[in-house]
Amino acid sequence: MKITEKEVQYVSALAHLQLEEEELQRMCAELDRILAYMDKLNELDTSNVEPMAQVLYDAEETATLREDLEQPTLGSQLALANAPVAGAGYFKVPKVIER
Amino acid sequence: MTISSLTIHQIRQGLLSRKFSAAELFAEALRLARSENPKTNAYLHFCPERGEAAARRVDQKVSRGEDPGPLAGVPVAIKDVILTRNVRTTCGSRLLANYIPPYDATAVARLEQAGGVILGKTNCDEFAMGSSNENSAFGPVRNPVALDRVPGGSSGGSAAAVAQGTAVVALGSDTGGSIRQPASFCGVTGVTPTYGRVSRYGLVAFASSLDHIGPLARNVKDAALLLQVIAGRDEMDSTSAFAPVEDYLSLMDGNVRSMKIGLPREYFQNLQSETGDVLARGIEVLKKLGCDLREISLPHTDYAIACYYIICTAEASSNLARYDGVRYTIRAAEAESLIEMYRTTRGQGFGTECKRRIMLGTYVLSAGYYDAYYLKAQKVRTLIARDFARAFQQVDAIVAPVSPFPAFRLGEKIDDPLDMYLSDIYTITGSLAGIPCMSVPCGKTAQGLPVGMQILAKHFDEASMFRLADAFEKAGGTAA
Repeated sequence: MKITEKEVQYVSALAHLQLEEEELQRMCAELDRILAYMDKLNELDTSNVEPMAQVLYDAEETATLREDLEQPTLGSQLALANAPVAGAGYFKVPKVIER
Repeated sequence: MTISSLTIHQIRQGLLSRKFSAAELFAEALRLARSENPKTNAYLHFCPERGEAAARRVDQKVSRGEDPGPLAGVPVAIKDVILTRNVRTTCGSRLLANYIPPYDATAVARLEQAGGVILGKTNCDEFAMGSSNENSAFGPVRNPVALDRVPGGSSGGSAAAVAQGTAVVALGSDTGGSIRQPASFCGVTGVTPTYGRVSRYGLVAFASSLDHIGPLARNVKDAALLLQVIAGRDEMDSTSAFAPVEDYLSLMDGNVRSMKIGLPREYFQNLQSETGDVLARGIEVLKKLGCDLREISLPHTDYAIACYYIICTAEASSNLARYDGVRYTIRAAEAESLIEMYRTTRGQGFGTECKRRIMLGTYVLSAGYYDAYYLKAQKVRTLIARDFARAFQQVDAIVAPVSPFPAFRLGEKIDDPLDMYLSDIYTITGSLAGIPCMSVPCGKTAQGLPVGMQILAKHFDEASMFRLADAFEKAGGTAA
């Protein structure tokens, strides 16, 4: 077993992802099989290999910098247009801080 | 005018000689797309107002004698993971069923500026995660070539729209094969450019170090023309490349004599199938064209699936964190606390495959597993990229299969996620290395199912890739 149901529950909490009981069991079996397959990578000795996080090309270090110019932004009305609940120019969420 | 067989060049000729107007062409394309859609479900929605306005602008330019642009009047379909201002963009997800983007993706803005006319938004696997288009919250797409089969994924709607002749070209996105595999399944040309060649601004993020926007088309030239328009540095995407964009069309001179082509041993040794036979015939065509074919080795190929599905799920788990019920249209109503709201919104909103990838990605990034999985996969990615760098010291291009098999039946693989992942073996290697790759139609199986040939080239050498694909197409590579 690569992963237990308890671990799947823990990971779903980390991911803020609610899973129904049935989903949880199925997920556990599927992740177990996928993770067992991933073990294949351990056949390779990578002790002297640098990790590759991004495809990189040669460019001057400052190439992506630009002049600090004032530019129009979306504005709060447009930014809030897709919010499920908004008001007074803000996103509204359930109460976070208790008195 | 027969919209389903017109090329970009023919549309231009038709407009300039006043055989038809862009508005007429658009109306015809929209009528055909609407009438075909119940068969394939390729489009999620159409954008008649925006398209009509764009077509009218083209017609005005033509009537004033101005250059209407390289894509003048060309009906284009856009995968629904690419943002279109004021036109619904769902990513094939319930979570974004009503999302109206406040801005355009750079690729969309550029193609419209070039005279392109947006017909509609195409169906896809939810957040571009899938290889069959069965993971869309709005129903699967059917392959126009064989309606009981999948069109491939995740850009299945874009490939189907081009194959059925409703859009002349389409934009798709590719993270591990999502343009090339559906292009192969539907018998069209699909291009994944070099990583960074096309700006990702406005492409809804799945795995940022692997995501690409690219064209699908009915021939190589049209694909190259569309890429020409959308390629190039964009200030809005810091990973977009500075490398100059070559003039692809002028470099497609048909001369591929003595071009050194590598055939990777690892890709062909397990391909004893009809797909292998179709590809062998395609390779014979390359031989007749005078290409210098040689066997090469990409020794780490066998590790690519494990490497890719660790990296892409890790990045996805992070990118999809933003769908939390605060900013994007849908929130689970009953939640009382903030955390509960996140959990229920996401639990109800995401489909099965997205959940699986979020879980896998969160797991491989979690404390105690980061080094064993994520860091290990990044190191293996280096080895895979190195394989290609070495190969390109000996050859100008690599020719390979796109998929181990042609389009499969709906439902055939949906219950076995690992099996579905394994089918991506030939496309994800190029994605991990960030090199340009494309699928060009190579022929059909006895049952009439299309098979694509993959061509891979060096970083930013789209020109060589197109030259070979174009010569292959002209030599009847597609006629088999």
